Amino acid sequence: MKIKEKFNLRQASVPIMFILICAVCIPLSGLSPKMLINEIITRMGRNSFLILSLLIPIMAGMGLNFGMTLGAMAAEIALILVCDWQIVSVPGMILAAIISVPISVLLGIFCGKILNRAKGREMITSYIMAFFVNGIYQLIVLYLMGKVIPIKHSSIKLPRGYGIRNTVSLLSMRQKLDNMLAINVAGVKIPVLTFIIIAVMCFIIIWFRRTKLGQDMRAVGQDMDVARDAGINVERTRIISIVISTVLAGLGMIIYLQNMGNIATYTAHSQIGMFCIAALLVGGASVDKASIGNVFLGVILFHTMFIVAPRAGAYITGDSMIGEYFRVFVSYAVITVALIMYETNKRKAKSAASMKLKDAQDSEETQKSADAQEG
Amino acid sequence: MDTNSAPLLKMQGIKKDFFGNQVLTDINLELKAGEVLGLCGENGAGKSTLMKILFGATDIAETGGYGGDIFLDGQKVSFSSPFEAIEAGIGMVHQEFSLIPGFDATENILLNREPEKYNFISEIFGERLNTLDRGAMDERAREAVDKMGVAIDRHMMINTMPVGHKQFTEIARELSKEQLKLLILDEPTAVLTEREAVALLDSIKNMSERGISVIFITHRLQEILTVCDTVAVMRDGVLVECVPSSETSVTQITKRMVGREMAGSSEKREIRNNDDAKTILKIEKLWVDMPGETVRNVTLDVKEGEILGIGGLAGQGKLGIPNGIMGLYEAGGSVVFDGKEIPLNSPRICLDSSFAFVSEDRRGVGLLLDETLEWNVAFPAMQIQDKFLKKYLGGLIKWRDEKAIREVTEKYIDELQIKCTSSKQNAKELSGGNQQKVCLAKAFALEPRLLFVSEPTRGIDVGAKALVLEALRRFNRESGVTVVMVSSELEELRQVCDRIAIVSGGRISGILPADSTTEDFGTLMLKGVR
Repeated sequence: MKIKEKFNLRQASVPIMFILICAVCIPLSGLSPKMLINEIITRMGRNSFLILSLLIPIMAGMGLNFGMTLGAMAAEIALILVCDWQIVSVPGMILAAIISVPISVLLGIFCGKILNRAKGREMITSYIMAFFVNGIYQLIVLYLMGKVIPIKHSSIKLPRGYGIRNTVSLLSMRQKLDNMLAINVAGVKIPVLTFIIIAVMCFIIIWFRRTKLGQDMRAVGQDMDVARDAGINVERTRIISIVISTVLAGLGMIIYLQNMGNIATYTAHSQIGMFCIAALLVGGASVDKASIGNVFLGVILFHTMFIVAPRAGAYITGDSMIGEYFRVFVSYAVITVALIMYETNKRKAKSAASMKLKDAQDSEETQKSADAQEG
Repeated sequence: MDTNSAPLLKMQGIKKDFFGNQVLTDINLELKAGEVLGLCGENGAGKSTLMKILFGATDIAETGGYGGDIFLDGQKVSFSSPFEAIEAGIGMVHQEFSLIPGFDATENILLNREPEKYNFISEIFGERLNTLDRGAMDERAREAVDKMGVAIDRHMMINTMPVGHKQFTEIARELSKEQLKLLILDEPTAVLTEREAVALLDSIKNMSERGISVIFITHRLQEILTVCDTVAVMRDGVLVECVPSSETSVTQITKRMVGREMAGSSEKREIRNNDDAKTILKIEKLWVDMPGETVRNVTLDVKEGEILGIGGLAGQGKLGIPNGIMGLYEAGGSVVFDGKEIPLNSPRICLDSSFAFVSEDRRGVGLLLDETLEWNVAFPAMQIQDKFLKKYLGGLIKWRDEKAIREVTEKYIDELQIKCTSSKQNAKELSGGNQQKVCLAKAFALEPRLLFVSEPTRGIDVGAKALVLEALRRFNRESGVTVVMVSSELEELRQVCDRIAIVSGGRISGILPADSTTEDFGTLMLKGVR
């Protein structure tokens, strides 16, 4: 029991650090509570779904899925097409979701197959793969769209006649989902429908854990060899987990972009994986363990810091860039700390097992000498 | 038990060779329903190979299959994978645990055979989205645990369980399979405490009453006599004896297990008495955490100039001793060499104190496979002792002395009769025996004061074996180097060593002069087995 408590304290150290940072920065930022809560609610609606997509690969023992960027790219391609076809509002979003799913599935299968060849190095492999697929994405968006894939509207096309502009406006969809069923509580807008969708997703994940597939994933995540000996198809299970994650990331990206109201065609996806993973880790998750609670705690803490840090930075140094610098710096720092903690924990567990041997020997010695004294 | 019934299992003329190396010769074995068969024999006697054949292990088919026939319930069977064997009603509990650490006992018992509940989503996406029926799972796990007759906590996480309970969880998993007719237990009591072992034996009797046959492999002979109906003893791939347990005794089984007819190797040779020599290496309270070869509380003196053998059964910890001292696995205790304390867990300091180690893991630790023989022989000496280097500018720049390297390599190629095209050949192109000779040459080139040799003859043919052993003996006698040799083959230890220490259950169970009888060694080997 004692060991467990200690372990939890280690796990909790990152969230506690962030609570302290937020506690210092909130008064400095000079934001009114109403504004702050409004911002936090908005960002919860915007980001939670994306972060939920990370949970399933962690369950399957594949670590933090940096490859969720693949799903984000699939969603962007779908949204660009829907935008060109001028299907607006929620129907447009649903159509974009329908288009993004097959693309995400294909990318997920591709990603899963490669990760199966790089067992134990999933994180770095998926991270680098995100760069590779980004290249393909750019090829499609920059050259094929308008040349091979018909794009009618010049508002999203580059002036040269093919390729997509740096920014695609999603004005027709902007916050359409958030505003449906939205209620206003004391000046704080609550996007009820978005929250309902997120809640449904949470229930699906809880339910999924209790299915046969979920159980298999947990088994594969803990010991692939044992799972294989028991007859579980390890490779297939791992691929499915990545496919689910990629599809959910795509859907999450659509929710994210409808809230933003525009697509930064060439950069929107590039940091999304990093920020989602950082948020999850801030919520107290680790490489091999994450819960829905970690997701929400992470979103609140990480984004509170995002909101208040630039203003606090501006207040202290007079330069708001320091806050922008700070948030990127912190994201990378959090991920680095989490990875180091994961490795040291593994090593510690091993060392503890060795120490047990020594303790057993020592207690045997004392027992022996006690016996000798008696005799 | 119905003695008239046809045998449940019949193995007829089973033969197996690994690339021409005969490991099983003409094994005939019968087992009735509900019968308990005790199977014993030294390591390498062929027990595990025989069980692998029965259980359809994939490496048997990959190495060319086996000869002879297996009949189960009168039907001829030949399993190409363990899954087929399980399907036919054979269960096996391996020595290494096959459990998911973060699952509780119930989840492990029913791993991948969980009762499921149908729902509408699984109709669309397939059966894997059925939810688990926790109630039914608990019920079935309880039945299996009851069947076993040993109470374990079904809701305890595996990683918080004592080792014995893990073993029982595995047994319960096999028992939860309804088709189970034959259960193979591979050294199940090795990890159990005294009380747990007794519980297991009761449980085996219980299973036998329910009509499940059990093949029970163990080194604890008393257990075999307590619980088994029949005792089968294997030696060198031959079934030497198969008798009802009432007609045999521990001494007789021991004799059958070790007492091999010695042909030709019984030549007289001098065994030196080094009792008067000073103690060069003093090991006290050594523990080593080497997976599968745990060492517990070993205290051992090595005399200057002797060849000390360390023997014992596999998995008892003999390999852990040199690996722990050389710093390859986490270790504790005290090691004093020539009056100087050697810190553990630091390979470099061991090498600096002129220790050398020929590892049992030739290809992993022993050799630079993609480099030439010259490099393999000279590399450690170059790294550690600055040998074979030409120094310029007062030692600021060191260049390899290619000529000296070639000379020393060629010297050892001659001496050890290493078969190769030239000293520039890559190490991986050599045969196993010649690779082993290169490992020795490498250690000799270090000119150590203390040489650890671990399993020097594993996996090499008879001719090379004799040469390697002869080289070791000559190196000891001519250069006066103290040698500690670890081997699972008692015979070869007796040929080379002056004294032999037997390790059992991670501890030294006794030290005897090399000319003691095999029975004495056999008794020591089985004494502390746990």
